[in-house]
Amino acid sequence: MSPLADRSLDAEISRLVARLTEAGAVLVDPPVLQPAETLLDLYGEDIRGRAYTTRDPVAGELMLRPDFTVPVVEMHMTHGAEPARYAYSGKVFRTQEDGADRPSEYDQVGFEIFDGSDPVAADAEVFAIIAELLAPLNLRIATGDMGLLFAAVLGLDTTERRKAALLRHVWRPRRFRALLARFGSASVPPARAALLDLVRRGEDVVGAAGPMIGQRTRGEIEARLNALAEDAETPPISERETALIDDIVSLRETMPNAIERLRDIAVDLPQVSDAVERIHDRAQALAARGIDVDALEFEGSYGRTALEYYDGFVFGFYAGDRPDLPPVATGGRYDALTRVLGRGRAIPAVGGVIRPAVALALGART
Amino acid sequence: MTVKLGVPSKGRLMEKTFDWFGERGVTLSRAGSEREYTGAVAGADGVELILLSAGEIPREMSAGHIHLGVTGSDLVRDKLAHWETQVSEIAEMGFGHADLVLAVPMAWVDVDSLDDLDAAAAAFRARHGHRLRIATKYHRLVRDHLREHGVADYLLVDSQGATEGTVRNETAEAIADITSTGDTLRANHLKVLGQEPIHRSQATLFKARRADWTDEDRAICAALFTKLGVESR
Repeated sequence: MSPLADRSLDAEISRLVARLTEAGAVLVDPPVLQPAETLLDLYGEDIRGRAYTTRDPVAGELMLRPDFTVPVVEMHMTHGAEPARYAYSGKVFRTQEDGADRPSEYDQVGFEIFDGSDPVAADAEVFAIIAELLAPLNLRIATGDMGLLFAAVLGLDTTERRKAALLRHVWRPRRFRALLARFGSASVPPARAALLDLVRRGEDVVGAAGPMIGQRTRGEIEARLNALAEDAETPPISERETALIDDIVSLRETMPNAIERLRDIAVDLPQVSDAVERIHDRAQALAARGIDVDALEFEGSYGRTALEYYDGFVFGFYAGDRPDLPPVATGGRYDALTRVLGRGRAIPAVGGVIRPAVALALGART
Repeated sequence: MTVKLGVPSKGRLMEKTFDWFGERGVTLSRAGSEREYTGAVAGADGVELILLSAGEIPREMSAGHIHLGVTGSDLVRDKLAHWETQVSEIAEMGFGHADLVLAVPMAWVDVDSLDDLDAAAAAFRARHGHRLRIATKYHRLVRDHLREHGVADYLLVDSQGATEGTVRNETAEAIADITSTGDTLRANHLKVLGQEPIHRSQATLFKARRADWTDEDRAICAALFTKLGVESR
């Protein structure tokens, strides 16, 4: 429990918020209680294990906000004018089954920019302002770009269905790897091959198996059988392409070396060229804001185990000598989230959050 | 002080537990009438028998209200977060066997594995506008299992009984439930998914880590374990 008034924490929060409003952000205050349905639709059932759920007699199932990004995006998509930039501070709530010693409620201070005019400049601005606010702490910084892996998958020489399956599991690295291995092999398990033989001969395999119960219809089952039959005929994704995907996800270099390496990869995998040049342009935008990009780390897999809405630039600030502490700040670009929550409307958006209590704890020891 | 032993308060689970202790020279019995949930222990000093619903035994051990408990290994894993830190497994008792399995309609010939379930769930959500519903009362075990295997686009709906009927009633598309023979599943036109169950459960003797263990309690417990021929872990 914290003391009744934690003046040093209050002062740290004020310092952070003041800098963000100075950068033109409008201070917003989203509600603590969020409709559970929205969060479940976005994150799936996993969020139930991580967020506090409660029930309202009228509104139904609600969650204590596990982050600010979703309510800020919703608010903006409902009645925000563009371009816009917002700042906020307040508690977020996460159950801590996996690390019982971490707090289950803590303050976040955040900054979000909704502006499509110059995305890499907006990326650089959010990153630079957080780097400036945390500069005295000498943190380890990790960066990445989810857009790179998306582009690589979209450009694979295979069916749309296989690409969609891979994209769906970009955030589950183990599953992604298993899928890539499966699509890279030509073999079909014997039981499945036998079933597909019957399907090709036009036999009613569904009707023979059992009565239709539940909402999943015969048509849906037959559609998937056809998809499976088609997939069994699909040539495997080439070893060359899977090796290049492996190169991308295992990449870990300083920014200039990473860009060099990615340009090499782009020769064999041209579909990633635009994403690589975007990383290059962003590096220049970061340098223009005084960031030492020569020392900045870039990881091909960074952001893949975070909450699944980042789809471009991603970053995190860590206390290098304190792996027990959560990241001091994280953020990234989430253009697709604005489309999901905007019901057809979308706007390029990027943001980041700082945990002031962690920053304060690290600052106190120096 | 006494060591409190929590045992299921009714049915075959209670009888089998009594038998198991009896075979090892510790006689458990229900005191007084059928409705009275207190019991007696003969053959072990300082042990007090507490009769409880099997479903409440994990929580009572976690809270430190009882020192030892007999219940299904599935219930401990489902009801306690990080169960290993809260209780230790002393002995698998060899009865109350049941597997927690995922089951889908037999007509789903295209779904044999968790990979298939995941693909079917994605297509189902795109078509119906809501996630594929799995009815269960074992939320933690099922969610952990599906996360570990990278299944997405599903929704757990709570079902505390007659779970096998939820698909036919269209309140779920699939279920996760305990089965011993699979007869009920077949009767409801459901088939088990995958080779391995989510969890193989059986009645198990647990020791609570958080109970207030005095030196005297430890001595009583050690004597009991010696008599039962089991080892403390």
